[in-house]
Amino acid sequence: MGDIQIKKQAKKYDAVIVGSGAGGGMAAYVLSKAGLKVCLLEAGSAFDPAINSAQLKNPWESPRRGASTKFRPFGDFDGSYWGWEIDGEPYTKAEGTKWDWWRARMVGGRTNHWGRISLRFGPKDFKRRSIDGLGDDWPIGYEDIKPYYDKIDQLIGVFGTNEGLPNDPDGIFLPPPKPRLHELFIKKAATAVGIPVIPSRLSILTKQINKDRGACFYCAQCGRSCKVYGDFSSSSVLVKPALATGNVDLVTNAMAREVLVGRDGLATGVSYVDKTDLQEYQVYGRTVILAASTCETARLLLNSKSSQHPNGLANSSNVVGKYLHDSTGAGMGGIVPALFDRKRYNEDGVGGMHVYTPWWLDNKKLDFPRGYHIEYGGGFDMPMYGFNWGIEESNGKFLVNGKQKQAGGYGSSLKEDIRFLYGAGIGMAGRGEAVANIDNYCELDPTVVDKYGIPVLRFHVKHSSYEINQAKHMKETFKEILHNMGAVITWGAENDDNEKNNWGLNNPGNVIHEAGTVRMGNDPKTSALNKWSQAHDCKNLFCVDGSQFVSQADKNITWTILALSMRASENIVDQMKKQNI
Amino acid sequence: MDRRASLKTLLIGGLSASVIAEACKNADKVKVQKQDAASTNDADRMPEEKAYNKKLKEEVFFTTDEMATISVLADIIIPKDEVSGSASDVKVPEFIEFIVKDQPEHQVPMRGGIRWLELESIKRFDKSFNKLAPTEQLQIVDDIAYPEKAKKEFSQGVSFFTLMRNLTISGFYTTEVGFKDVGYMGNRPNQWNGVPDDVLKKYNLAYTEKELKECISYNKAPGA
Repeated sequence: MGDIQIKKQAKKYDAVIVGSGAGGGMAAYVLSKAGLKVCLLEAGSAFDPAINSAQLKNPWESPRRGASTKFRPFGDFDGSYWGWEIDGEPYTKAEGTKWDWWRARMVGGRTNHWGRISLRFGPKDFKRRSIDGLGDDWPIGYEDIKPYYDKIDQLIGVFGTNEGLPNDPDGIFLPPPKPRLHELFIKKAATAVGIPVIPSRLSILTKQINKDRGACFYCAQCGRSCKVYGDFSSSSVLVKPALATGNVDLVTNAMAREVLVGRDGLATGVSYVDKTDLQEYQVYGRTVILAASTCETARLLLNSKSSQHPNGLANSSNVVGKYLHDSTGAGMGGIVPALFDRKRYNEDGVGGMHVYTPWWLDNKKLDFPRGYHIEYGGGFDMPMYGFNWGIEESNGKFLVNGKQKQAGGYGSSLKEDIRFLYGAGIGMAGRGEAVANIDNYCELDPTVVDKYGIPVLRFHVKHSSYEINQAKHMKETFKEILHNMGAVITWGAENDDNEKNNWGLNNPGNVIHEAGTVRMGNDPKTSALNKWSQAHDCKNLFCVDGSQFVSQADKNITWTILALSMRASENIVDQMKKQNI
Repeated sequence: MDRRASLKTLLIGGLSASVIAEACKNADKVKVQKQDAASTNDADRMPEEKAYNKKLKEEVFFTTDEMATISVLADIIIPKDEVSGSASDVKVPEFIEFIVKDQPEHQVPMRGGIRWLELESIKRFDKSFNKLAPTEQLQIVDDIAYPEKAKKEFSQGVSFFTLMRNLTISGFYTTEVGFKDVGYMGNRPNQWNGVPDDVLKKYNLAYTEKELKECISYNKAPGA
């Protein structure tokens, strides 16, 4: 191997953006539309859903019939390149702690396969410390971000209904799809015991909103990414139009190594390794915008050590990597005998649930401080690898066409069971807010590097009783709903999940809503960014992904990443025009 | 992009001709290009996946005798009946050969399970399982096919048969024949217009006025 030569890009950009997911895609979109010259670095490969999605493939087009691999942990057709593990790019965990880390390596990142659940944070979600004394308030409130939620509702498209709920704000919604049969059952059972069930809020186009994107055609496969751009992926909805401005140079397979700084301590650009030729490159910009994902952004800052920023960039407060938290998760499912032997029809619908339950209780009366929402599934799912796996656990529990059979079995009797049970299964999952905590963090592992020589992250995250008690409450709620529907619980009940395994609470990171590592705040001693997503220590450096969050809320974070990124990006355009940065 | 253009995009994406034909029949008259979707449409695969799939396909795991046993068992689990064909009709044994290479944790339970079955057969009938009469084969299968009533001494056989049942079901129902058998009607362009009226009626359910007012409705029934 010859000497490594660093190739320096002669062109100086207005902005170098790292990451092309929700945060980076939005930044590239806003800046390029404003006429600024952008270099967009993406650690993964090119990806355009119109070309690269597995949408509408049948299971027999996969040799493993849609089963998962390390390349596709959510199944062979899932729209994410890589997931929990990436060859040559390890991460480590401190002893006695758990962390699952999903990394998508592709243009658009995880937005190609996400659940499209697009929830605004509510007024209370920005002021939790004022309410319960835990964590911190954000330096902004709902009124600061509302105009951006309104804009992205219209720019990107989201269906839902205005319900006038105090902490689940109304939006500018497309019409939602009608509930499916099992969702009507759930609605009836849950509302009877005071648990609200309302139309879900998903960024899927039930109506066409512009000439570049098609309307949803109800294949239920948003997770594969949509060839007609009928749902939100950053690749199709933000990066593609950004590229069309002619103002963006997209560099794929560019694994960022560090943010470069000048003698004045300001950011000058980014160095990266090209994964295809393994050469080292540097690219320069007037501003640097990080959106590499919550943990990768923290890693990049911690790896950007210089004499001006000896503790890593934007880290004089020492909070970078701290306050890492993910949504909580627990689930339960069963079989609804009333749905046996159903009439067949196409009920694919949109990708995911048509109804959901927003948080409905008052935490002051409960033994955990933050709420959760409930997501629902069921119906005539496409048979894929794992179809009826474990049928021996259920087919002896019911009369099939009036006959009691032994569990298990084979032959035409087994085929009869499968037909009889098809479409009668339902499942539900809670997604709740964990309390951000300074003792939950990631840092550079002192001894481990990835195959490019970049120090990797070591995680130290543990759940507290807040999260555990919340999971227990989720389970009690699910049980109540399922019992009220006459369902037989087949998974997630107390024999599986109890005090021994924290009531089935997911490993932290497993829900893939991680946030908080480069949080914003008014005090530079306790936060890394100001309320404009701008580093306190370095005014031309911005972090516009989940890293900037102070707290999670009981909502999926993508819509808020988009709104915060749009807000920060519009401010960057304004400040650059004024020559302030 | 209107619906017509959307469906054209799907076509360019290289979907199976039957899906496109169905879609276009419903929506408009886009000309259908014939494509061999399964073998040529790999634009959705990473290079690492293509290399991995190729490597797996070149490997052989089961012996001819083991494959014969798998085939017998798969057809006992999913035989031809009045609704659909058998597991071997849709190449379930070949799927099982692939999946144990893809998910190596199944290799020892499958290989060892077949061996367990073989020894049980020799013990009882002094013959290899594949050479038994169907009634003799079923005599052993009946001892391992019902986890809750099986005798303790057959518990290892039960574990093997349970795995075999699960893999066979996965292999069978993920085919066109399996889709048809179970009545899965999706995975095609559609317009979701709610639960059909007769179904709502059967379950004594109705959409609320709020739902009818707020939700998207289509004038045409799907496919009309």
